Amino acid sequence: MRISRSLPPLYIGLIFTLLYLPITLLVINSFNISKYGYVWQGFTWKWYDKLWHNTALKDAFLHSLSIAFTAATLATLLGLLMALALYRYRFPFKRTASALLFILMLSPDIVLAITFLIVFMALGLQLGFWSLLISHITFCLPFVVITVYAQLKGLDRNLLEAAQDLGAGERSLVRLIILPVLRPALGASWLLSFTLSLDDVIISSFVTGPGYEILPIRVFSMVKVGVSPEVNVIATLLLAISLVSAMLIALLLHRKKDEKT
Amino acid sequence: MLRTACVHLRSPLFSRTLIAITLSWLGIFVLTPHLLVMMTSVLTPDTTNFAVWPLTFEAYTRLWEPLYATVFLDSLYLSVTATLFCLLLGYPFAYLLSRLGPVWRNVLLFLMIVPFWTNSLIRTYALKLLMGNRGLFNDLLMGLGLIDSPIQMLYSGFAVTFGLVYILFPFMVLPLISSFDNLDKTLLEAARDLGASAAQRFWRIIVPLTMPGIIAGCLIVFLPAMGMFYVADLLGGARNLLLGNLIKNQFLVMRDWPFGSALSVTLILMMFLMLAVYARANRRIQRKGGLDDANFA
Repeated sequence: MRISRSLPPLYIGLIFTLLYLPITLLVINSFNISKYGYVWQGFTWKWYDKLWHNTALKDAFLHSLSIAFTAATLATLLGLLMALALYRYRFPFKRTASALLFILMLSPDIVLAITFLIVFMALGLQLGFWSLLISHITFCLPFVVITVYAQLKGLDRNLLEAAQDLGAGERSLVRLIILPVLRPALGASWLLSFTLSLDDVIISSFVTGPGYEILPIRVFSMVKVGVSPEVNVIATLLLAISLVSAMLIALLLHRKKDEKT
Repeated sequence: MLRTACVHLRSPLFSRTLIAITLSWLGIFVLTPHLLVMMTSVLTPDTTNFAVWPLTFEAYTRLWEPLYATVFLDSLYLSVTATLFCLLLGYPFAYLLSRLGPVWRNVLLFLMIVPFWTNSLIRTYALKLLMGNRGLFNDLLMGLGLIDSPIQMLYSGFAVTFGLVYILFPFMVLPLISSFDNLDKTLLEAARDLGASAAQRFWRIIVPLTMPGIIAGCLIVFLPAMGMFYVADLLGGARNLLLGNLIKNQFLVMRDWPFGSALSVTLILMMFLMLAVYARANRRIQRKGGLDDANFA
């Protein structure tokens, strides 16, 4: 009986150990004097210093963060508009639109990557910032729409009808009733889009251009041949950013709850 | 005028803008690109213009050449293995998480996606360090006295499968958890009261009712796994290629876009095949699951 009770936490612990072990190793090695990181040879900041002077890598890192930030913001906005359109209105090709979102969500990255590459070539768009941004927005969209739509479905339709009977126009309806209800869904969508964008390798490899290199492409060329301690530093910084944002989000949500009570 | 007739009457400008944005974005960046890929797959390859007339089915006949058929089968094998491991590890994990209180459940789910903010390529690189001959895995095994000399883990099918499982694990867990959340606990109590054993309750109630989650999880692990060229590039040897490596090669190196497109069309067809299976499983338990497109409309 005791074994069966301690088994679940053990199993969950084991999975999390496996999930975090590789990243933890990178974090530790980002401070390790040894380049190859097989043994601990002492503490150093030299890899951080090296990253600071590696302009190409630093730029790629900043580019990735700006693409993720911009794409998450625009995808959330665009996804909100789409979810509203699908929820509020009947229009021609509505079934097609939802089927397309569905396909977009399920298509493997490699398929989306070549569809984007082909359409940018057909449109004559130079590969670089814009092609990256458009494709990142697009692959985040279905996840935003499904999150926002789920919350809209939970909305009491009577509330909307009452507001309309009292003379509220479509825009004030959205602004005063729908948007406040959607705030948590929008927050979650932004976060998910940001995550998806930062994590992407496959689509970015196809639609990137020489003018705007982002992290995975730069890192790929560095780690393909050997060991690069600067990559450990990048991993540490990304993890730090994510943990800080996670705490900020938790704090924000917590304060929301306090205000309510 | 017929088009606007069914649109909401108040503030038509607002609603028409929303509809126009929705349809044009999806039309330009989703529908057209997919159609273009299908079209490219039946064109003739050309080094300067990528694909030109006339129409030909040569790309599809080349799929059957032994060289490519081998890559396809190897890739299928690696992806199927990775999917099964994800399921075996993820199913009990999702079950345990779904039984926790909402706070713990959400905290753990969040912790599960935090590693994603460190780009998956970087995480694959971390695995490469772990699995190296002087890496932590070999150190551990030698320290435990299980092996005398380091075993070669990198550049093998094992390493690629391990990498795929590691990267795709959360994608298996998420649909499984929502399936477990939908599971009606009273059915299990009823079965217990009626004398069903634990094994019977598992195989005859839990598994069939979570089948949509299982299939959805397999769908979003298996197909992307076939495309993860960087995992094979970093962890696999020359013989452990994925379909993604082949496609990437056709587009970015060989410049044979029609053949690359034909390979992708094959993937799209496999996707629809799996969707059909998913729809059937869903109908069988007569409930709309989390991945149904009815959830959009």
